[in-house]
Amino acid sequence: MANNTKIMVENLIFYYGNDKALEDVSMLIQENKITALIGPSGCGKSTFLRVLNRMNDLIPGTKLKGKVLIDGYDIYSNTTDVVELRKKVGMVFQKSNPFPKSIFDNVAYGPRAHGIRDKARLTNIVEESLEKAAIWDEVKDKLKQSAMELSGGQQQRLCIARALAINPEIILMDEPASALDPISTAKIEELIRVLKEKYTIVIVTHNMQQAARVSDYTGFFLLGELIEFSDTNKIFTSPQDSRTEDYITGRFG
Amino acid sequence: MISRKGKDLLIQNLFLFFASISILVLFLIMAFLFKEGLPIIEVVSPLRFLFGKSWYPTYEPPEFGILPLIMGSVAVTLGAITIAIPLGVATAIYLSEVANLRVKELLKPVIELLAGVPSVVYGFFGLVVVAPWIQDLFDLPTGLTALTASIMLGIMASPTVISISEDALSSVPISYREASLALGTTKWHTAISVTVPAALSGICTACILGMARAIEETMTVLMVAGGAAIIPTTLLQPVRPMTANIIAEMGEAVHGSEHFHALFAIAVVLFFITLALNLLADYISHRFKETGSATL
Ligand SMILES: Nc1ncnc2c1ncn2[C@@H]1O[C@H](COP(=O)(O)OP(=O)(O)OP(=O)(O)O)[C@@H](O)[C@H]1O
Ligand SMILES: [Mg+2]
Repeated sequence: MANNTKIMVENLIFYYGNDKALEDVSMLIQENKITALIGPSGCGKSTFLRVLNRMNDLIPGTKLKGKVLIDGYDIYSNTTDVVELRKKVGMVFQKSNPFPKSIFDNVAYGPRAHGIRDKARLTNIVEESLEKAAIWDEVKDKLKQSAMELSGGQQQRLCIARALAINPEIILMDEPASALDPISTAKIEELIRVLKEKYTIVIVTHNMQQAARVSDYTGFFLLGELIEFSDTNKIFTSPQDSRTEDYITGRFG
Repeated sequence: MISRKGKDLLIQNLFLFFASISILVLFLIMAFLFKEGLPIIEVVSPLRFLFGKSWYPTYEPPEFGILPLIMGSVAVTLGAITIAIPLGVATAIYLSEVANLRVKELLKPVIELLAGVPSVVYGFFGLVVVAPWIQDLFDLPTGLTALTASIMLGIMASPTVISISEDALSSVPISYREASLALGTTKWHTAISVTVPAALSGICTACILGMARAIEETMTVLMVAGGAAIIPTTLLQPVRPMTANIIAEMGEAVHGSEHFHALFAIAVVLFFITLALNLLADYISHRFKETGSATL
């Protein structure tokens, strides 16, 4: 598969009120690849991720400079339809957040909101999405049950299914496995590797091994700056910046 | 010096003491109500009292049927919540989900003010402004009708509905809203499909408490409901709700007379109605709390 730039971030500066959270970040994110973002707590990984689907718009007093292009279009231009943007750029949150609705209704929520009413079609989408998220076998007999009754790992995979159901092109994942046991984590990692075939994935993780295991590219953030960004292999075997090396070898952070 | 454990115990008992006082007072009031109200069953049977169609307490022989009064209360209360629930819930949704900070900071004190206006002021406003308007609009012999009272009570009950609904809405975790918006939905869609259903038990509680607020209001209905003890067939007739009846006749009823006991018996009925509404509100808010019922 040829390398195509899906997301282009240029000289991004981001403020919460007067506090600068991101400092001159530039990054090219490739289509159908997994890009991992690593760095110590508070360095701006989530902020960066939420810039990509304009989730930060919800926080009053934020300010952004620089450019973010997806498929060549400036997503912060005045003509951008944020709702359309978010249909294209799905998100899985750090803390699993299913709606207090049934499993079926959780997955069908997006498609329904976008006007799909046909029961058979919805059932199809729900089944497909749950299958892609590797949770179908566990829930197929209890689709009417509340999603709140699932385990944490199941809830997170349900949230992934919910994001897949709107058929996005890009999936942003903010530490999707941070609260999970090794088995659930392994399932989600496996899932991410499979999803890469069809989606462009950006994933934030605190887990070095996870980044090394699943990603194609890795970006290392420190205090709002993107210190280093390159092939995951390169970052983990021969980092160019001494700070990157210190971080991945566990000398700080 | 008392030990830490002793101090703990002392503080605990102090709070228990204050809590007991308020419960004791409640029971004293109840006991008093019953003591003064119950003797009426020596004059009329409870059934005749509740469902009797005429209230002529000073006739010879007197008639103590409070159905017209109950229906008066029901009419103005239903009218009031028909106004207060849509108005209150919509305002709460707007305030918590849509309004920006500046609008919020402007509106919230106004609503608190609305709740703080004395009911006699509402009554006066109803008397001078709303009643003539209703009279003109429907070409009635008098503007003092169940509808007039409903409008005033609807306005008065709205702050209750708004503030409790808004509390319920804003206690819905932000992560639900984020999840919905991240799926490419609008703010309104998110409010209607996620936030409101998640806050539904709180909103129901708000509506019931708003209803209780309307049913127990006294001064305003005394001033604008018209005061006729008839069973209304439309909202355009004057009515005499239970509260208005008690306050209007308490002065003239001879202490210890049948009339006097009958008025207290009405208070007992009111007491049970508001108690039932409060219990219902409590039940709803506990029954559906955070369980994430799959049917929502
Ligand atoms: N809503 C907010 N309002 C104000 N400041 C914020 C907000 N969210 C984050 N910040 C600040 O922005 C900086 C970056 O935060 P961010 O959440 O992006 O870090 P992170 O790298 O995701 O950290 P973690 O690994 O702990 O999740 C932090 O200094 C944080 O205090
Ligand atoms: Mg984060």
